[in-house]
Amino acid sequence: MNARWFSLSRWLGIVGKEFIQLKRDRLTFGMIVGIPVIQLVLFGFAINSDPKHLPTAALIADRSEFSRSILAGLRNSDYFAFIGEAADEQQADRMLAEGKAQFVVSIPADFSQRLVRGERPALLLEADATDPAATGNAIAAVNQLAQTVLAHDLTGPLAALAATPGAFEVRIHPRYNPEAVTQYNIVPGLMGVILTMTMVMMTGLAITRERERGTMENLLATPATALEVMTGKIVPYVVIGLLQITIVLTLAWLLFTVPMQGNLLTLYLAVLLFIAANLTLGLTFSSLAQNQLQAVQMTFFFFLPSILLSGFMFPFRGMPNWAQVVGEVLPLTHFLRIVRGVLLKGNGWSEVFPDAWPIALFMLAVSAVGLRFWRSTLD
Amino acid sequence: MNQGVAGSDVVIDVRGLNKHFGSNHAVKDLALTVRRGEIFGFLGPNGSGKTTSIRMLCGLLTPDSGEGTCLGLDIVRDTREIKRQVGYMTQRFSFWEDLTIRENLRFVARMYGLNDSAGRVESALDHLGLKQSADKLAGALSGGWKQRLALAACLLHEPQLLLLDEPTAGVDPKARRDFWDELHALAARGITVLVSTHYMDEAERCHKLGYILDGRLLAQGTAKEIVASQSLVTWAVTGDDLSALADRLRKLSTVEQVAAFGSTLHVTGADAARLDADLAPLKAEQGGHWQRIDPGLEDVFIHLMRAAGAEETTAAAA
Repeated sequence: MNARWFSLSRWLGIVGKEFIQLKRDRLTFGMIVGIPVIQLVLFGFAINSDPKHLPTAALIADRSEFSRSILAGLRNSDYFAFIGEAADEQQADRMLAEGKAQFVVSIPADFSQRLVRGERPALLLEADATDPAATGNAIAAVNQLAQTVLAHDLTGPLAALAATPGAFEVRIHPRYNPEAVTQYNIVPGLMGVILTMTMVMMTGLAITRERERGTMENLLATPATALEVMTGKIVPYVVIGLLQITIVLTLAWLLFTVPMQGNLLTLYLAVLLFIAANLTLGLTFSSLAQNQLQAVQMTFFFFLPSILLSGFMFPFRGMPNWAQVVGEVLPLTHFLRIVRGVLLKGNGWSEVFPDAWPIALFMLAVSAVGLRFWRSTLD
Repeated sequence: MNQGVAGSDVVIDVRGLNKHFGSNHAVKDLALTVRRGEIFGFLGPNGSGKTTSIRMLCGLLTPDSGEGTCLGLDIVRDTREIKRQVGYMTQRFSFWEDLTIRENLRFVARMYGLNDSAGRVESALDHLGLKQSADKLAGALSGGWKQRLALAACLLHEPQLLLLDEPTAGVDPKARRDFWDELHALAARGITVLVSTHYMDEAERCHKLGYILDGRLLAQGTAKEIVASQSLVTWAVTGDDLSALADRLRKLSTVEQVAAFGSTLHVTGADAARLDADLAPLKAEQGGHWQRIDPGLEDVFIHLMRAAGAEETTAAAA
């Protein structure tokens, strides 16, 4: 080829230089390798759109052969994992509200009596349907199960009952989001995702920007203390975060008519806690990052698992144990539960608390790391 | 002289300052005394420890060891008070380019908690001659104006001591001249200035100089004292075919430096008698005009650098 237009050795020089620079930029290199690995592992192993072993509470008013068979049948379907019996309806409600149980199976008092009489009694299956994707398959399985589960018990004189349409009826009661509107689940989730993205990245950038431009030195040469600088730089982003949440809430209400069952004050307090946790992480990133690009890269490293493992994109209970453990660490996971709980279930502080303290704990752990590295960057 | 009176006149007084960055010993046993109203020039090659030293003086870095005072305040314990009373100008322009000139000055005024900050900012703008363009972004200023803005910002809180880290790098000669006139005006008002620079003409405008190399302060005093302390000999040669002569001179062991200044060659050595002996045959052969002149500061600094380099090689060999 004409060396004037294209010299192979010149071109190889450029390629070579690019690789040398890539090799030196360890964080970018890490992203090149890390992102496909993370995505593959998460999508390949962790993400399961057919969640099984969903925690189920039983509310049994009629202890009979039939009840036992039905519960055993549910368990054998692999969709339901019984976590215990609820003493009464209040307790069952609470288990659903706190998210401890995804389902409550209720067997009414006169169930076996009416079944034997051929009156097709109803078995009540209450579902926490905030995330329609998490419950859909399990509900479908129950309907099928109703046809077959009692085949062994209905022998002799009762054999006729086994014929279609089945000896009993399954009444599904999808709570909190009865029409299975996807937006009801996604829109509150978006609040958390938006906050995670902007809060972590913006604080990360705000401080690395000062360092990159050399203005940090100037700031520190004035009598301003590190505490004043840090907090002074964070507060504007708290305001931005609250503004973002208000925008999302307003739009959610206007465009998607997402219900607001709970107390707005509770919600905003939880939002503040979540913002604080993300800002702390952003600050920690900024004390680790050498420049703005690295701060952005670190944000993505955190953002990716957050969005995939928190239950935002895929049902949390569809993930294998290890992924759930990782998910439990992430503040977004808990924030999603809080927001969905407050908006859709009308949860108050007592139900919010179990998901609030893990966020606070995350914040403490991250700030400990941040403080450790922060000192070394001043001196 | 009475010790007590002299003591009150000392603005910077530090001893035995050391600073390490990892395995890099950036500043070694720095001892420095600067008096009120002095312009003290801090010289030395890049990476020799000038910036680190200045940062330790203004409380931005904590020395690993050593002690001393700045404006009578302890440089380790009283860093907050030092920051309040010292004006520090960073090597790189470090004001906010996305703020206007006025906003930058107002911000700095608030950081120092100045009363009548608005008034001070306006008079600073007047003094700078930037009243008309005060609402322009600082990033839009040229190098010389950025430097003037930085100086004005450093002076807002009326510091008694100015620490300037290579303030004139990348600034044109006229702006440099004006800048130094301003420094002398400040010094005349009793403000002490410590300024680092690479320019020899600026070094000549300082009252006192310090030369730092590899973290060690090698010489301190007036320009005259420093030149005299090294007792160098310099010959100025004019004539034909100087580049061939320069090559021959460089081969002589007694010749330390050969530098061409236009049509003149400066030949410098440390040992006058032996240098004369070595030069004699060349003088006879070459002809031209040979004249003994006073060595310049630059010759002395290069001599110090070479001496330190030679020491290091012997130390490494041993």
